[in-house]
Amino acid sequence: MSNSQGRFGVHGGQYIPETLMNAVIELEEAYNHYKDDPTFNRELTNLYNEYAGRPSRLYYAKKMTQDLGGAKIYLKREDLNHTGSHKINNVLGQALLAKKMGKTRLIAETGAGQHGVATATAAALLDMECIVFMGEEDTKRQALNVYRMGLLGSDVIPVKTGTATLKDAVSEAMREWSSRIDDTHYCLGSVMGPHPFPTIVRDFQAVISREIKQQIFEKESRLPDVVMACVGGGSNAMGTFYHFIEDKDVKLIGCEAAGRGIDTFETAATINTGRLGIFHGMKSYFCQDKYGQIAPVYSISAGLDYPGIGPEHAWLHDQGRAEYVPITDKEAVNAFEYLSRTEGIIPAIESAHAVAHAMKIAPTYSKDKIIVITISGRGDKDCAAIARYRGEDINE
Amino acid sequence: MNKTDTGRSHTPSYYIKEAFKDGKAFIPFITCGDPDLETTEKIVRSMSENGADLIELGIPFSDPTAEGPVIQDANLRALNGGVTTDKIFDMVKRLRKDISTPMLFMTYANVVFSYNTDKFISTCAEIGINGLILPDLPFEEKEEFDDICQKYGVALISLIAPTSQNRIAMIARQAQGFVYIVSSLGVTGVRSEINTDISSLVKLVRENTSVPCAVGFGISTPEQAAKMAAISDGAIVGSSIIKLIAQFGRDAAEPVGQYVKTMKEAILTLKSDKNSLQS
Repeated sequence: MSNSQGRFGVHGGQYIPETLMNAVIELEEAYNHYKDDPTFNRELTNLYNEYAGRPSRLYYAKKMTQDLGGAKIYLKREDLNHTGSHKINNVLGQALLAKKMGKTRLIAETGAGQHGVATATAAALLDMECIVFMGEEDTKRQALNVYRMGLLGSDVIPVKTGTATLKDAVSEAMREWSSRIDDTHYCLGSVMGPHPFPTIVRDFQAVISREIKQQIFEKESRLPDVVMACVGGGSNAMGTFYHFIEDKDVKLIGCEAAGRGIDTFETAATINTGRLGIFHGMKSYFCQDKYGQIAPVYSISAGLDYPGIGPEHAWLHDQGRAEYVPITDKEAVNAFEYLSRTEGIIPAIESAHAVAHAMKIAPTYSKDKIIVITISGRGDKDCAAIARYRGEDINE
Repeated sequence: MNKTDTGRSHTPSYYIKEAFKDGKAFIPFITCGDPDLETTEKIVRSMSENGADLIELGIPFSDPTAEGPVIQDANLRALNGGVTTDKIFDMVKRLRKDISTPMLFMTYANVVFSYNTDKFISTCAEIGINGLILPDLPFEEKEEFDDICQKYGVALISLIAPTSQNRIAMIARQAQGFVYIVSSLGVTGVRSEINTDISSLVKLVRENTSVPCAVGFGISTPEQAAKMAAISDGAIVGSSIIKLIAQFGRDAAEPVGQYVKTMKEAILTLKSDKNSLQS
């Protein structure tokens, strides 16, 4: 694999049609140029702080800590960012980069709609055209976000192919990019896809762990014992892990969507049920059948409903550096309600997967241990779906 | 060429070049198992009898990111019908008893990788598949597959796109079998016009390799096929054939055969008259 770029162990690479190769090479060159450019970084930091509301808070969840009776729990509040999730970190970086590259049009995929909303927001701010591809199933599950994107001046295209969810939205965005490259940047929403996307998205999301590290030193004068986050493609988790990878005493835990359970077919837990494959531009782990057909995955969370995982996570898993645990719909919904009730914080159903695992492990740790959970987004968008899950029909 | 020749006197890839030997090649594509493998088998025989020089057999993939809606639907129909890689290998074995037309597999990297790349490609050589096209495998990633393809003498076909520019020489120099020139940006599918300057692409390819080059993506009419074949060494057609199969279902062998015949004739007729066509 001598010519292959962007490898994380055996994972990563650039498995894309020839039509897109010069586009990803151009993107890599532009990124390498701007990532250390003082003006670019000043502009981006300014957008992070003044527009997105960074740094996000590291909040000591005192009631949750007391209730669970074990480790001290901190919540990294990415839900407080403008647009309501961590997605804005990556989008502002990529949109600014695209603008510098002379692109005038952004395209994006979205699952829950958080990345779509963030991209639509950046496009509005930076005067760019924006088209968002969203699985038709997800446009139904997340109707409010579809409306928000329209309000922000973007076109949402419902994708009807395949399972009409996130993976199909990614496929359609890749198809669109290959038909129009000159003026268009594909603003990929997670640490996945062909190189250089996994690296670019990780770097823009790494602001999460950079801040956690600084904030926890201010509050506790030491490193945390565990940092954890939910994982679909894995961008908020990669951002949460990144600056702790070298700190070997910090346990890294990614919480995958198990759906109805990893012993059923209705799951999206890639590390726990998938195997090595090549899809969406990367080598990594994927849920697939014995002939390599990508499996129709399922999770209550549209944002984690993806059959693969970013290549750097796959590598962290291979090395045993990070642990990936499955969390069922039921556990996530319980955690969604628990955090709302206990701390007055309604987390995104995606983030609730991480909260659910913390509820399991916190009581097993002594009180002098510290757990940091990234709350990747806020849960307003999920209220109608959770109500439905509980058998209650409410109007959005 | 017959089955014995395929296995013994030459490597499988040799016969791809042979397909271009007598002039311009017509290369039809079909998705295996759409609507079922029995029909695919009949259609392949019909294409072979009606002048196909090289046949591209698509192994369906659940998420074919380089395909437009027509071939996407064919992939889904085939998978819903229960087709698998092993069943397609068995069909090729049956075809190779009497069909000598060179055949290629067109599929996605994961189909080969998850089967076990060595096992997949050695099986190709064993059953008489001459080459392999993987649209999601660019030059930078090909080594992992190409080393094994070379070991068994199966040609890994290189693709060149309208956006390839500075990459054309590098790709063409290592090309085997033939060079697949992607006529247009975007995905597969019928197009009313092909705007790319194909002649310039072909010229750059020919400066760097002696292997033939054929043009695909967007070709549907005899006129387009003739025009593309006139400026290259062949024309590849997929979506139009898939549309006929969607229309005629299990009775598609005859209309597809007729279509292949018309396309092949157009290529041959206009080839001899290519100077007047181009002027």
